[in-house]
Amino acid sequence: MSMELSIILAMAIPAVGAVLIALSGRIPNLRETITLLTAIALFLNVLNLLGPVLDGERPEVHLLDMFPGLAIAFKVEPLGMMFSLIASGLWILNSIYSIGYMRGNKEKHQTRFYICFAIAISATLGLAYSANLLTLFIFYEVLTFSTYPLVSHKGNETALKGARTYLGILVTTSVAFLFFAIAWTYSATGTLDFVDGGILGGKVEGPLMGLLLMLFIYGIGKAAVMPVHRWLPAAMVAPTPVSALLHAVAVVKSGVFSVVKVIVYTFGIDNLVTSGSADWLVYISGFTIIAASMVALRQDNLKRRLAYSTISQLSYVVLAAAILTPISAVGAALHIAAHAFGKITLFFAAGSIYTAAHKTEVSQLNGIGWKMPITMTAFAIGALSMIGLPPTAGFVSKWYIIQGAMSSENFVALSVVILSTLLNAGYFLPIIYAAFFRQAEPKGPDDHGGHHDHHGEAPLPIVIAITSTATLTILMFFFPDVALELAQQMIGGIQ
Amino acid sequence: MTAHLPILQVLIPLMAAPLCVVFRHRDIAWIIVLLVSLISFVISTMILDQVLTQGVISYFMGDWPAPWGIEFRIDAVNAYILLIVSAIGAVVAFYGRHSVTREVPRDLIYLFYTAFLLCLTGLLGMTATGDAFNLFVFLEISSLSTYAMISLGKDRRALTASYQYLIMGTLGATFYVIGLGLLYMMTGTLNIVDLHAKLLDMDGSIRTLQAALAFLTVGLSLKLALFPLHLWLPNAYTYAPSSVTAFLAATATKVAVYVMLRVFFTIFGVDIFEETGLAPVLMTLAIAGMFVASTVAIFQNDMKRLLAYSSVAQIGYIMLGISFLNVTGVSAGIVHLLNHAVMKCAAFLAMGCFMYRVGSVQIEDLHGIGKKMPWTMAAFVVAGLSLIGVPLTVGFISKWYLIQAAMEADMMPIALLILLSSLLAVVYVWRFIEVAYFKEPANPSLKIKEAPLSMLIPLWVMAGASIYFGVDTDMTLGVAQLAAEMLVGGAP
Repeated sequence: MSMELSIILAMAIPAVGAVLIALSGRIPNLRETITLLTAIALFLNVLNLLGPVLDGERPEVHLLDMFPGLAIAFKVEPLGMMFSLIASGLWILNSIYSIGYMRGNKEKHQTRFYICFAIAISATLGLAYSANLLTLFIFYEVLTFSTYPLVSHKGNETALKGARTYLGILVTTSVAFLFFAIAWTYSATGTLDFVDGGILGGKVEGPLMGLLLMLFIYGIGKAAVMPVHRWLPAAMVAPTPVSALLHAVAVVKSGVFSVVKVIVYTFGIDNLVTSGSADWLVYISGFTIIAASMVALRQDNLKRRLAYSTISQLSYVVLAAAILTPISAVGAALHIAAHAFGKITLFFAAGSIYTAAHKTEVSQLNGIGWKMPITMTAFAIGALSMIGLPPTAGFVSKWYIIQGAMSSENFVALSVVILSTLLNAGYFLPIIYAAFFRQAEPKGPDDHGGHHDHHGEAPLPIVIAITSTATLTILMFFFPDVALELAQQMIGGIQ
Repeated sequence: MTAHLPILQVLIPLMAAPLCVVFRHRDIAWIIVLLVSLISFVISTMILDQVLTQGVISYFMGDWPAPWGIEFRIDAVNAYILLIVSAIGAVVAFYGRHSVTREVPRDLIYLFYTAFLLCLTGLLGMTATGDAFNLFVFLEISSLSTYAMISLGKDRRALTASYQYLIMGTLGATFYVIGLGLLYMMTGTLNIVDLHAKLLDMDGSIRTLQAALAFLTVGLSLKLALFPLHLWLPNAYTYAPSSVTAFLAATATKVAVYVMLRVFFTIFGVDIFEETGLAPVLMTLAIAGMFVASTVAIFQNDMKRLLAYSSVAQIGYIMLGISFLNVTGVSAGIVHLLNHAVMKCAAFLAMGCFMYRVGSVQIEDLHGIGKKMPWTMAAFVVAGLSLIGVPLTVGFISKWYLIQAAMEADMMPIALLILLSSLLAVVYVWRFIEVAYFKEPANPSLKIKEAPLSMLIPLWVMAGASIYFGVDTDMTLGVAQLAAEMLVGGAP
């Protein structure tokens, strides 16, 4: 199969999947089978591209000219390759998980859920392979709008309010800042292509370069750099599979992926180093890391705590990119992968607890580790990865980020990483401790029913999914080769 | 035969209109309208093809040569407008059958179709003619028939809306004639090309000329509903039968914009702007319209009224593009003229479907309609996303071009204003989408079915067009670019 075809199929397979899901909506078993098969087909298709990309090929597709001289075009480069592998691979596991979760919780409108999910994945793949800012923007917006029905899924007032915040912030930032920045870039340079070394060097004067970068960073609201982070906690009203794959992997990673792309291929690292336009970004992302961790410490709702942890972890990627050394850029790329595996595991665990025990707050988790050993073990692995301890994926990426900070003698970045590691430990370890070493409190008189306390593990699909992602988190520590190779090829392009 | 296409374009609907009265039967009248509008559409495609391959068509009525006789003169600009008008006419005609039966008193339906054909005649005539006074005649034909069509709405307020429009429309037309009279006084000609040639020799600072420009601008601004001269529009759009609203929103204001383009660029030429400082005034009004009308739209509870205010705002975008006075800006205006026609037509057709099944377009009556009429609602979502300017819809193309024009004119703050105002569209579109999908209907026992296929097909043709032209822009942008170059380049 030709690689050009594979690129198109990467978007077409989930899109066709969405149609088939819509058609099979009346027969749940068929519908879920189609979802799973679509996910598997997509992953195999993406895998087909991996070999050639590792060998140094950069397949391209020019779809059509949207404006004279401005095309919807795709080009697979290492970072996009990695992102697409993660998104499509985890979609398989997430689909298995969704089956358990959506049925276990008797959610309504499941067909709409699976359709929108497939469209969101299609948009994510398009974004990962986009060859210019226009294409990236198109899929960025499609991703925003296709995930709206997933966030507002429950349809009650809370869900609608959360979804309004979600859409409001993401659309406002992307239209007012990102679109503006892209138009500005185009009028300054006459191109929007992603080019090694960037296109903006020498095209925009002094402080304006910093302003333009700021427009990009805050325009890409999905990267959740403070203060445009509020949509992410708001999105937690969505069913957990959405939080897990979209708001820990696909959507938020689209954000930081776009940030890295813009810094590396639009501004150019050398350009930013010489102009000093990105210095402020180290402080802003550093602040986000610390502040979000502090907020996370105080959240009792488990999903909200995870959401703030995500905000903090996303800014690791931004920080790593902003340090502007090749080795920290590798760290940024690796952290996209590492955080994906770890955070999806944590969300899976949160959803698993909700499904089996109907518990949503951290303070309710005393002693739950003995009732749900697999879930909580997986949770512990995910948490270790967030903190950055071996033998988990988080250690690998953090190692590179620290190396980068050291090599450029960026002590601000270094101290941020160290301090935040402590904070991460501060809000994850107590959960693990409570789950395994505290006794469950006796029931209060106003406890409804009580049958929830006699629960075991979550349904089998959930357990399968959670075990797999936890395993991946550990495997990436021992076998980081593919991810590392891709990340290094990305900076190979820079030098 | 092909030599007579320009006159046939206008003559066929004109001749067919009395036929409807002769037969006095609503179904026969509908068939006549459908046939005529299809023929018009075919003719306009042939004309566009002819213009693009052979250049400007000049047709002399009764073989009296211009500037003494009346000339129909069709270049890329109006060939393109003819196509839009006749295409929308055909779609609405096809759509109209059920909708009109529901919204117009039964015994008046044949008159409705008569008025529809006359309106089509007027709009096509305004577009095709090369004679400024002849244009006025067609303007009156289209206006009078429009007043009649609006007044046929079932709500009694349709009468006052129609009356209001009649007053404002007549004012506009009168201003147009006064302006034209002043020009005639100075030049002694009414032929557009001839006017341009005569005006070239004159000093642009002559008071009479400036007064003429002022009268023409105000008169046409009334017709095209440029803020703050839009006051007739919300009522007219709200109370007119839905097919009429869809047709007017997509064609009437657009043709008025076309006439304005002609007056500005073909009759006076782009240099007149330097003499008069008109461009900043237009720009300010356009931007004010974008913000004020969008904000007002947010607070509407009647969807047709909401969309009407949105139209005022969108006309602001078109005028803004024109006021940049560069090729990119004018092509942005022209391309948005088509794009807005398509998306607004789709939006109003969707409203017609709701009107047909629910009998109301109040937001509170449409709670949960997304489940009952999924296809209609999905089409509205497409139109709504276009209004916002989401990528892969026509709205995005317009927005991109407008922004580029602002950048080209070195007006970055205006680029930002365009983007901010489009955010207001998110609010008014989403207000409806949210309740349509996620609110429980007020009266769940009410059985509401999906709209009939004969309404869904035209609706989806328009919704599909707003996606298609949002991705494949070869044709729309190509023609707009060509037209803009012709207008701004100064060639008549």
